[in-house]
Amino acid sequence: MKFFNFHLMPYRHADLDAIDQNGSAWVTFSNRHYDPQKGAELYHEYLDQMELADRLGFDGVCLNEHHQTAYGMMPIPGVLAGALARSLKRARLAILGRALPLLNNPLMVAEEYAMLDNLMRGRFTAGFVRGIGAEYHAMGINPVTSQERYAEAHDLIVRAWTEPGPFTYEGKHYHFNYVNPWPRPYQTPHPPIWIPSQGSSSTIRWAAQKRYTYAQTLSPIAVVARFFQMYRDEAEKAGYMATPDQLAWSNTIYVAETDAQAMREAKPHLEALVNRFLKMPVEMLLPPGYSNIESMKRVRAAKVTGKISSIEDLNQTGVVIVGSPNTVREKLAEYQDLAGFNTSLTKTQFGTLPDDMTRANMTAIAEEILPHFRNRLPQGKQPAAAE
Amino acid sequence: MAEPKTTTIAVRDCNIRLMRGGSGPPLLFLHGSSGAGAWLPFMQALAGRFDVIVPEHPGFGASDTPDWLDTIHDAAYFYLDFLTQLELERVHLVGVSLGGWLAAELAVRDTRRLASLTLVDAAGIYVPGVAQIDTFLRSDQQRIRDFFYDQTRADEMIARLLRPELEDITMKNRIATAKLAWQPRAHDPHLHKWLHRIDVPTLILWGANDRLFPVEYAYAYQQLIPGAKAVIIPECGHIPQVEKSAVFVSELTGFIDGMRIAA
Repeated sequence: MKFFNFHLMPYRHADLDAIDQNGSAWVTFSNRHYDPQKGAELYHEYLDQMELADRLGFDGVCLNEHHQTAYGMMPIPGVLAGALARSLKRARLAILGRALPLLNNPLMVAEEYAMLDNLMRGRFTAGFVRGIGAEYHAMGINPVTSQERYAEAHDLIVRAWTEPGPFTYEGKHYHFNYVNPWPRPYQTPHPPIWIPSQGSSSTIRWAAQKRYTYAQTLSPIAVVARFFQMYRDEAEKAGYMATPDQLAWSNTIYVAETDAQAMREAKPHLEALVNRFLKMPVEMLLPPGYSNIESMKRVRAAKVTGKISSIEDLNQTGVVIVGSPNTVREKLAEYQDLAGFNTSLTKTQFGTLPDDMTRANMTAIAEEILPHFRNRLPQGKQPAAAE
Repeated sequence: MAEPKTTTIAVRDCNIRLMRGGSGPPLLFLHGSSGAGAWLPFMQALAGRFDVIVPEHPGFGASDTPDWLDTIHDAAYFYLDFLTQLELERVHLVGVSLGGWLAAELAVRDTRRLASLTLVDAAGIYVPGVAQIDTFLRSDQQRIRDFFYDQTRADEMIARLLRPELEDITMKNRIATAKLAWQPRAHDPHLHKWLHRIDVPTLILWGANDRLFPVEYAYAYQQLIPGAKAVIIPECGHIPQVEKSAVFVSELTGFIDGMRIAA
């Protein structure tokens, strides 16, 4: 299994009560709460953690993109990727991903990713996402056009990477007389494309058809297993067998000496992530048209946005793995076999977790977990979709 | 007077639901973001004097969502085709909220089939420095409350509209509204440049306590449309045709009668 250190780069000094009072850390949570002195320190602290991940032997590090929120300080992930491109000595760099529909010029992602791929001499992974619903409020992009713009931007970028320029592109949303980006990507035909999603069936089908690596975000392991099975089924329909390398599970791992200690230490920080930083009203999460009526009804009925989660629930259902080295090894192996993935996108820092605890966690994972999974593949046959 | 008829008609391959009742000169009513819904008391009152025509916009309620519907302009051209197909002449065009914006977009393009234009708490333009509610961040309940000055009326409407069997329609209407009005938010930055083209008698009818498009919008429209008359209805929110239906009907018919006398 491959391990990527996935950082959300939260503004971990945020006033949690102020977030509660505002109802969300997103869009309307005033940036008066952002202290540039503290923010600057955090950027360096987090970049140092990414470089530590490289030294500790993580296979890669991941950045992502979110806008106007204390949840993550990476509206332009390429800036941080640029900072890391020359300091990472071994690890790959993945941006998971840029939110294509939010961009009025997706050609700039073709350029940005190609630059990073060159700087990294091919150790770069390109992620494409739609962004979460809140982003459409924050960036003034019509959510009804989200899927169209995503499809069009993706096609434009891949063509820009693979077809000799200049050529003309006339879409519904994007129009270019000259598509001819310099530089071209370092990797041939282009950097690997990874698609993180919350589990939309159309996205899973599309990723499987394109043979893109699919990354499942923040879900109980049983749900992850179901979506991964859906991906394998779709691959089979498309005429090939998906490999475990095409499936990545996005998780959180915290390791301490004993289970009890790990739970005690992680609890306030993990619960701050899920109950404060991630919380938002359903109108913010699901603007009209962002998904179809059926999935909107499903999410609204589940009332996911109002739910308070405890670390015990999250650990029990396998959204996260928190425990002693032995417990974490056992569970991770069990989950790998259940769901059939071969990449773990692991948040080692989460919510308000301070630097010293994050570094201790990363070191423990590198020493106690990674070596045991280095050459481990999913064992046995993965269960069928319906369980 | 005959009961209104509800039919489905096709205009250029797009099926829409149409309610129509009464007799007299044609009065085309363009609904707002909540869809055409039911035949309401103000429609019944107007049907005593007019041939009241209430289509449901493409994308809304029981109407089709055609592939060509992307912007308010598409909807405006659709209604020009609609007027042609139904061979309507000397039409009194009345639009509320989103439908008011649509009516204004139609009128700047072509007034040849219009006798008059009435904009009611209409979207469509932007007035700087006026506090407005972001309806896309409001819950279904809050959104209905925002419509009303008198909150007891809001309670009635919440009970009438927020029923599980209407959930799909409500969501469909929200999607259609977002499609037309998300960005730029509920206006066309170019519309103001062309409102001078409207050459039919125009009434600007507005709730004094509208929190979505406050009265500053009424005065802005009045200034932009030559000869427009503005009437502000006191103790009234965003939907005067519901909250103050008697005043709404008498102001509208009074305006149309006054027009006849002037002509």
